[in-house]
Amino acid sequence: MTSSSVRRHKATGLAVLMVGLLTTGIGYAAVTGSAEASAPTASASQVEAGKKLYLEGCATCHGLAAQGSTDGPSLIGVGAAAVDFQVSTGRMPLAGPTNQAPRKPYSYSADDVAALAAFVSSLAPGPAIPTSEDLNTDEASLAEGGELFRTNCAQCHNFAGKGGALSEGKYAPSLMNSSDKVIWEAMTTGPQNMPNFPDTTMPAEQKQAIIKYIKNLQNGDAPGGLALGSFGPVTEGVFIWTAGLGALLAAAVWIGAKVR
Amino acid sequence: MSDTTTDLATTGHGDEPQFPLPAHHLRLTDTDPRAARRAERQVATMFALSALLVVGFIVAYVTVPTENFVSLGPIGVVNSSNLLLGLSFGGAVLLIGIGAIHWAKKLMADEEVTDERHPVGSPQEDKDAALAAFQTGVAESGFAERKLVRRTLLGALALFPVPLIVLLKDMGPLPGTSLRETVWKKGDRIVVDVTKQPIRPEDLRVGTLVSASPEGLSELQEEQGTQNARAKASIILVRMRPEEIRNQQGENWDYNGILAFSKICTHVGCPIALYQQRTHHLLCPCHQSTFDLADSGNVVFGPAARRMPQLPITVDDEGYLVAADGFQEPVGPSFWERGA
Repeated sequence: MTSSSVRRHKATGLAVLMVGLLTTGIGYAAVTGSAEASAPTASASQVEAGKKLYLEGCATCHGLAAQGSTDGPSLIGVGAAAVDFQVSTGRMPLAGPTNQAPRKPYSYSADDVAALAAFVSSLAPGPAIPTSEDLNTDEASLAEGGELFRTNCAQCHNFAGKGGALSEGKYAPSLMNSSDKVIWEAMTTGPQNMPNFPDTTMPAEQKQAIIKYIKNLQNGDAPGGLALGSFGPVTEGVFIWTAGLGALLAAAVWIGAKVR
Repeated sequence: MSDTTTDLATTGHGDEPQFPLPAHHLRLTDTDPRAARRAERQVATMFALSALLVVGFIVAYVTVPTENFVSLGPIGVVNSSNLLLGLSFGGAVLLIGIGAIHWAKKLMADEEVTDERHPVGSPQEDKDAALAAFQTGVAESGFAERKLVRRTLLGALALFPVPLIVLLKDMGPLPGTSLRETVWKKGDRIVVDVTKQPIRPEDLRVGTLVSASPEGLSELQEEQGTQNARAKASIILVRMRPEEIRNQQGENWDYNGILAFSKICTHVGCPIALYQQRTHHLLCPCHQSTFDLADSGNVVFGPAARRMPQLPITVDDEGYLVAADGFQEPVGPSFWERGA
């Protein structure tokens, strides 16, 4: 039965080839899809495109060689993660001179952001855009994340991640709409006035734990019911001094009212 | 007492009231027996509902699992057990109260009463008699003549409270130097808060913030049995470019641009880590005191009267960051004996 075995052999080879191609394709799509472009794989043409975009949109403030000026900090060594954070959340380019760049609808396509990131990370090594492996929080400890969040993040971003005021019109933004990637990038790069938390003092597992905790806050079922914005004693005080005392006054008026 | 009190309760309805009352209006329940019966039913219904709610409370306590949650629209998600227990017990108390007041207002006797006051002072003859009795007592005791007795009694009474004051000593040892000192001393390793990981200078980039404490603090806590040591020893580490540091509290107290400051606000002692890495300002969330860490930790805004104490740091033989010395000034809020 040589002929039939040869036929079977041929069919098997084709199937193996198909499976191999499919796996590679889907795997590649999964990796590149979630992590967008990471710096090490940036091609020369991407860097070139990024440089063009940089000179058009960024050089006015950050300088022709990204060396910085009085209007904007140097971008040498800030890494792809900083570019991805600032541009993909719409904080950069800045609409006007303010104390803080606000989050706004972004004006660059994902390809343009990747090109800009490739260009800036080609200037000097810096924090890279996290991979999907970096952002995998399956193994992370939610309780540890909570403790780390309260020690390192809650002072500015509020115990419930709702953000808070800083000095001179600056503020720590709410984390309620932040993606895993953006949270990671903020921790590694320290955008604007936020300090940075590099892997050396806050290893990847701890970042994953913090992300897991923030995601838990975002999906937050506050078991206490009405959270009143989670702003603490201010909103809670306003509520109880108006609604609570109001109800007591109404009861007192009813008790004292004359009956017909 | 005098006999003037007896007719007080009836004065309002007497023939010649001292202060005439407005005309008395009868209530619907006074004139219409059906209205009175309706009010009676309403009160009874409230009391019965209260009893039912107490039964409901017990049923909810026994049957509703504590890990169930229910969404209440705008109020949000609440624990169903807590919700039912609160509604039933709160409702039971509320209905007893409302029922009692409804009862009092609709069914209990409704008549105005004038309660007239009588003079507060005693009659003059009573006052004279009391004074006479006192003076007789003074004369008979010899308090005025026998000076020795009088003086020794006054002396004894003056000294009597002294033991109470002496006993205040048992309220605890005086703070001694503990307000001026922290556990930081020369050579103590600096570790990251929570994770207890020691830190090398190269672990910090420009702009990095680390909340830190001295190594081995947990053992120390057990020894002292107090959180005070840990609270006072909290520090933050920040790194800036060396040329950005305009002043610091001692020469070369930084290590290549890494600065260590107390984490405890000098105003009323809130822990602060709201470090703004581009302005180098440290903001206290409690009362907005702002310290410039690039300029000796001086106060640039807010109610704090003193700069943030800086901890001198260096590296040990193994290359880890350590304290070069303890704090050179008291950390935390001011206290009476602190001086300038």
